Amino acid sequence: MPSLKDFRVRIASVQSTKKITSAMKMVAASKLRRAQEAAEAARPYAERMEKMLGNLAGSFKGQAGGPKMMAGTGKDDVHLVVVMTANRGLCGGFNSNIIRLARQTIRELKDKGKTVKVLCVGRKGRDNLRRDFKDLIVDSFTEFGRKTIAFVEAEQVAVKITEMFDAGQFDVCTMIYSRFKSALTQTPTKQQIVPFPAPEAGNAAAPYDYEPSDNEILQDLLPRNLAIQLFRSMLENAASFYGAQMTAMDNATRNAGDMIGGLTLKYNRTRQAMITKELIEIISGAEAV
Amino acid sequence: MADTLQLELVSPERLLLSEPVEMVTVPGTDGYFGVLPKHAPVISTLRPGLIEVYKDGSVTQQYFVAGGFAEVNASGVTVLVDEALPVAEISKSKADERRAAAQEQLDKAATDEDKRKAGLALRIAEEMAAVASRAN
Repeated sequence: MPSLKDFRVRIASVQSTKKITSAMKMVAASKLRRAQEAAEAARPYAERMEKMLGNLAGSFKGQAGGPKMMAGTGKDDVHLVVVMTANRGLCGGFNSNIIRLARQTIRELKDKGKTVKVLCVGRKGRDNLRRDFKDLIVDSFTEFGRKTIAFVEAEQVAVKITEMFDAGQFDVCTMIYSRFKSALTQTPTKQQIVPFPAPEAGNAAAPYDYEPSDNEILQDLLPRNLAIQLFRSMLENAASFYGAQMTAMDNATRNAGDMIGGLTLKYNRTRQAMITKELIEIISGAEAV
Repeated sequence: MADTLQLELVSPERLLLSEPVEMVTVPGTDGYFGVLPKHAPVISTLRPGLIEVYKDGSVTQQYFVAGGFAEVNASGVTVLVDEALPVAEISKSKADERRAAAQEQLDKAATDEDKRKAGLALRIAEEMAAVASRAN
């Protein structure tokens, strides 16, 4: 039977764990608010951009030879999968959910006989996928989002993807990230970004004038759109991460509380049992005299 | 009051402006152009310059933009910018700082891509300085 001291030590250790997890929960909650605001603030731009592209795409419809990034290379042999995860753990199933979807996607593509390349954004994804798909990882960005996510960072990834595409290193690019629904639910999501899935042309009724020319605008707009989509998903990912972390830490804090309760009960029982035992010993000793 | 059109000014970080205006001038790549209500639909790229918002016959707001896209259609003007600053917030000294940083970048640039980027940053900074000296 554990001694009283053992109990005291364990209770103290669980208590300090609880302090840490509840502090982390608090931090995650405040960061979540900021991340959520950022994600919501980025939405109008992404939406307007999509609309503009939709209008442009409408005018390109039926014409052969639009820019490659929109029309595609005409093949889908080589797939690039961009896996976005967090840099840190302690966030429940957040990273593992994304990685599971990534694995599944990669397997499916491989079963179909496609060549797969992986680009990791976030350290956890790289560390995990390195075990199974070491040869597939072409590059990884792991120094991102230390404090806040800046647009320049998304641009770096976009530049890398554009370079690879221009060099003909892949045909289709899909990104996997976690879409933020609420602090409690985050859904891992797949989204194709290259070639850009041409949205349904809303009102092709109004033919646009282009300055300088439609091709030049598309050449500017498409890489820009890529960066925006990446930026947006990075923000969604950050918000999801803090949401998941908050929930996980909340659970941990509650579990620690339960555990302290249980241990305290056992501690008191043991203490009483020992007192009773000592009393019996004294009384029976006195009777024997 | 005269006819108005809906202006939306959006940067990646946030929605800066969404309101009816009388006229707006936009720095298109091929030159500044003004947009009045019932303007023909246009999509244009932007160069660094000044966006001016007109209400009741005079300029009410000025924003410095680093570049982006503008779309004019029947429902109004949508301007997507890379970076936008109210003119009141830019100053000659800040612009000069940026110009120095961009110049340094240009000197260090090794690849064509780097050079192009630094050149662009330099142009933005120069335009910003010009705007700042005109405003103050």
